[in-house]
Amino acid sequence: MKVWKYGDNVNTDMLFPGKYTYTCAKPDEIRPHLLEDLDPNFASGVHSGDLLVVGSNFGCGSSREQPVVGLKAVGIEAIVGKSFARIFFRAAINQGLLLVECPEAVDAYKEGDDLELDAKAGTIKVGGSTFTFPGLPLEILGIRDAGGLLEYTRKKLEKR
Amino acid sequence: MGMTFVEKVLARKAGLDKVVPGQIVTVRPDHLLMHDNASAIVGKIEKDLERWGLIDKELPIIVLDHVIPASDEKTAAGHKKVREFVRKYGVRHFYDIGYGVCHQVVVEKGLARPGDLVLGSDSHTCSYGAVNAFATGIDRTEASALLLTGETWLRVPATMKMDLKGKLPVGVFSKDLILSIIGDVTADGASYRCVEFHGDIEGLTVGDRFTIANMGVEMDSKGAVFPFDEVTMEYLDGAGVKDTNPIWADDDASYWSEKEYVMDDMVPVVSTPHKVDNVRPVEELKGLKFDQCFLGTCTNGRYEDLRIAAEILEGEKVSPSTRLIIAPTSVSELSKALADGTIVALVEAGGVLLPPGCGPCLGAHQGVMAPGERTISSSNRNFKGRMGCKDSEIYLASPATVAVTALFGELADPREVL
Repeated sequence: MKVWKYGDNVNTDMLFPGKYTYTCAKPDEIRPHLLEDLDPNFASGVHSGDLLVVGSNFGCGSSREQPVVGLKAVGIEAIVGKSFARIFFRAAINQGLLLVECPEAVDAYKEGDDLELDAKAGTIKVGGSTFTFPGLPLEILGIRDAGGLLEYTRKKLEKR
Repeated sequence: MGMTFVEKVLARKAGLDKVVPGQIVTVRPDHLLMHDNASAIVGKIEKDLERWGLIDKELPIIVLDHVIPASDEKTAAGHKKVREFVRKYGVRHFYDIGYGVCHQVVVEKGLARPGDLVLGSDSHTCSYGAVNAFATGIDRTEASALLLTGETWLRVPATMKMDLKGKLPVGVFSKDLILSIIGDVTADGASYRCVEFHGDIEGLTVGDRFTIANMGVEMDSKGAVFPFDEVTMEYLDGAGVKDTNPIWADDDASYWSEKEYVMDDMVPVVSTPHKVDNVRPVEELKGLKFDQCFLGTCTNGRYEDLRIAAEILEGEKVSPSTRLIIAPTSVSELSKALADGTIVALVEAGGVLLPPGCGPCLGAHQGVMAPGERTISSSNRNFKGRMGCKDSEIYLASPATVAVTALFGELADPREVL
């Protein structure tokens, strides 16, 4: 498991350039351009189970969901951040991608540290310290647990 | 304790007497905005649509604006798919290429009314706060689900009150005001919050308010909104909106923060690369060379923006050391500028006229920069790579600052020519 660390205010153009937004929508089209203008080594080096540790306002900018779709598709387990931009936060819920808002854990993390995440317990271990993070409100948890909004919506429609 | 604007809108839409910040409510938006991305949104749920149908033909608004006319086979196929969806499901509010940028079209057509709740698969959906609507951006997947169910959840945001005092000086515009506010608040200073503008707003046109509300998302606000007044009423009357149900905050509403901005103290500013909140006075950077000047977008390509640029450029020539690109926000704004010679003045000065649409703003086509180049733009984002090349620079400014920079080929202060 590798941890990819990035700073504050990483925007959607850095995560997935606008020039691809109307030609790439499927995970395999998105993947080669993932984080292209932020870290050219990411797309070729990322593996399933990797984590992102990021600063504040991660994902600011456009209502572009391709970064979330792409990160989920390559198997990113979670993004641990100081804070997330609003639309990105919502997009992550809708794709079933775990976002962990925990500034203390981000500050504590140093390259090479072990990072252990327990989503159910809401805890994250960084080096020798353990931090807690707030879970999603119950009303919304169902969306993420269903694997994303469309799966959740289909289940709801089936029940009608 | 009273309620803020957004608390009242969400309470009304959720059928509740009162809501408080942090509360999750289920709401049915009045409209759902999509643009070229409707092809991807519909593409996710083709089988679901066959089975369950479109929930409401009145719900979606689709405006093709991002890459128009289509630039290649892929974007053309996307547009085709949108048109097929519109025909098959009888979508009532469809605007093909030839109308303009979606946000302007929504307001012009009277589809965002005071007190409405509009969700849009575009971050600048917050623009409709200009006409007293609560509007915010969502992702494509959520738009897909909304087409099937018509409802979603929202967390009630706390509200930041911004009191605008006095009057903007000559040569200083609403763009300078909102860039200055964002510089002060920072790029995430309004995260998960709604922003209400109060104070001496009667001198701000709907266009000015549009510019300000549009950039609300650049401080990550969930919505940025103005009260309904005579200025709004007159504008909406022109747009054919008769029944309005405006909402405004109670006097005893509770705010997350309150701050005053004195408009008389504002100066022309630019947002420097690569963040919108890197704001500096024009005066400090005078003389900076620009390869390209771009006038347009949902932020600043309306008639009044084109007019002020024409006042600066009429009878003059764009400096040979730069180039000027103009993309009017909408066809109706372009028509006004055609009727009174504004466009002739800009084109004769050397401006290159593009069709009304998003144009170069998102870097997909038209006016893409080369590595090492620098653009001054009346748009809303200067992120690295935004205009198609990560090794170029974007500065944001008012239309007047863009025009005067086009005239001299280097950053200049519009107060010196106006």
